[in-house]
Amino acid sequence: MKSQRPILKYSLFIIGLFFLFSFRFSEPKNRPSLVIEFNHFVGKDKLILDSLMYKNEFNQSYSIGKFRYYISNIKLRRKDGTEYASNEYYLIDVEDKKSQQIVIREKGNYSSISFTIGVDSLHNCSGLQKGALDPVNGMFWAWNTGYIFLKLEGKSPYSKSPSNIFEYHIGGFKQPNNCIRQVRLDLPEKTIQVVEDDADLLSLSVDISEVLKTPKNIDFTEFSSVTDFNNATMMADNYADIFGVIKY
Amino acid sequence: MLEENPYFKITSKDVIFKNPKGFPKPIYDLTKNKPSVEGFTLGRKLFYDPILSVDYFTSCATCHQQFAAFAHIDHPLSHGIGGKIGIRNVPALQNLIWKDAFMVDGGINHLDLQPISPITSPTEMGENLPNVLKKLQADSTYRLMFYKAFKDSIITTEMLMKSLSQFLSLMISSNSRYDKFIAGADTLSIIEQKGLNLFASNCASCHTPPLFTDNQYHNIGLKPDSNLNDKGRMAITSFKEDYFKFKTPSLRNVEMTYPYMHDGRYRNLKEVMNHYAASQSCTKMKFDEFEKVELIAFLKTLTDMEYLHDRRFADPNTY
Ligand code: HEC
Ligand code: HEC
Repeated sequence: MKSQRPILKYSLFIIGLFFLFSFRFSEPKNRPSLVIEFNHFVGKDKLILDSLMYKNEFNQSYSIGKFRYYISNIKLRRKDGTEYASNEYYLIDVEDKKSQQIVIREKGNYSSISFTIGVDSLHNCSGLQKGALDPVNGMFWAWNTGYIFLKLEGKSPYSKSPSNIFEYHIGGFKQPNNCIRQVRLDLPEKTIQVVEDDADLLSLSVDISEVLKTPKNIDFTEFSSVTDFNNATMMADNYADIFGVIKY
Repeated sequence: MLEENPYFKITSKDVIFKNPKGFPKPIYDLTKNKPSVEGFTLGRKLFYDPILSVDYFTSCATCHQQFAAFAHIDHPLSHGIGGKIGIRNVPALQNLIWKDAFMVDGGINHLDLQPISPITSPTEMGENLPNVLKKLQADSTYRLMFYKAFKDSIITTEMLMKSLSQFLSLMISSNSRYDKFIAGADTLSIIEQKGLNLFASNCASCHTPPLFTDNQYHNIGLKPDSNLNDKGRMAITSFKEDYFKFKTPSLRNVEMTYPYMHDGRYRNLKEVMNHYAASQSCTKMKFDEFEKVELIAFLKTLTDMEYLHDRRFADPNTY
């Protein structure tokens, strides 16, 4: 019995090699990729929709019913100084699990990531767009052509709007109301996690409470509705810093 | 079938675009959405179909009437679903492919995006895009027509907007008596010619031929209506200097598009001439009563009977 084991081992090894090679050569679909995952929080707590458990800087309680935003122009810088650039547009929606994962079809030794919150002026000015940018997604102003970059809606007993709602629909690509914001995050050790042979995972945190503070603390009594260019850049300065990297 | 009625039948000859003599090159890129028989026929059906509104009562044509060059005669402000009153007068629809922006404040920057505004406006058709697409998708006639026009039976926003654009893009008015006069094929009366001369020296800087607009925004010294609180161009740009500026409207078919101005405040051309003659801020025009008559006589030469009666744009449901 003992003498048969090495043969078994060898044959397993060969079969293993065979599989490895056949995967490498015949499966271009399974190209090595990096999955970027967006995890939504309110402060330290994981987001729970429609629950009146959060407090803003004025100690006013609030709930969140809707949160969605556009991400574009993703660039991943490698340690050697080269970069991977994507020209896709992504609509990330806390109500749609699938939208919270972006697949980058190239694994790499990345040292930083940058992206745009919003949609560049070209895609605001060249007619009807498809996919994530299709106006059917409800992130579009019909009366003043342009995308809503970020929508945050919810309720607070402190809001003076009907049914105590608050709504922030922020967008605008033209000066002086430009709400496009750039995000750049370093990716130190323990941020890109190897989860499978061909897939790395980068987990980003999105802290929704940051939309309501730094630099401007939002008082629901005063600003329960921002839906055009009035106060839009103030909100954009607030949302510029909602992103962070999660270490594993 | 109404499509078989020869009066309403669209043929390949009907959808050919010919740049009118003297007109500049269109701004809308027709090569990206070339009108086809199927696409145009579909766009026309949609334009006349209240299915695009939430209460199935209001179609584009409820507000945009062909005999008024697709403006709305005698309504100073638009009337939408449930009789809701909008804040603006319905403008003529014509020569849209030469416009760099739409609406009197220039808020919309592309023809393919324009119909989203009335469809989704709570005071106009009150719908939302996902629901409109669902209603169209559920209708077998539309499924077939969309398939014929775009070779796809899943109706998308793009297909809906492009079919409407195919219809709107061919709404071209370029055959008025004035055009025939310029081409040497007609004559103007002495009064009309005097009006033309007055127009050339007083009005053409803004209402520039052949489109009779400079595509710019001006404050012509109208008194703002505090009930409407319309900020004009400023609502789009947020620049203070744009307060109460409006896009110069074309004056083609102006005889038919009363009442006048963004809020429909003037009932007839006489009132408009009185405004210009008395205007403080915009121009230093001085007209006597004779000159007002001459100007109006000239403006009426811009009426394009062929356009107002073009069977291609007529309601295919009235036979
Ligand atoms: C309730 C009345 C109403 C309905 C219904 C309506 N419109 Fe309009 N339309 C208007 C008014 C009013 C304006 C001008 C608004 C402004 O300038 O702010 C306008 C403007 C336009 C313009 C821009 C014209 C220009 O020169 O800038 C186009 C194109 C247009 N409409 C097409 C349509 C189409 C297509 C539909 C159907 C999907 C439609 N409209 C439905 C009232 C209406
Ligand atoms: C400084 C530019 C300018 C000049 C000069 C000018 N207009 Fe206008 N005109 C406009 C603008 C802008 C409007 C739209 C204003 C509004 O809607 O409130 C307009 C509106 C009109 C209208 C109403 C059109 C409609 O469909 O509502 C008529 C008619 C008209 N002008 C005729 C004339 C005549 C005739 C002259 C010369 C005597 C003239 N204009 C000179 C800019 C100008």
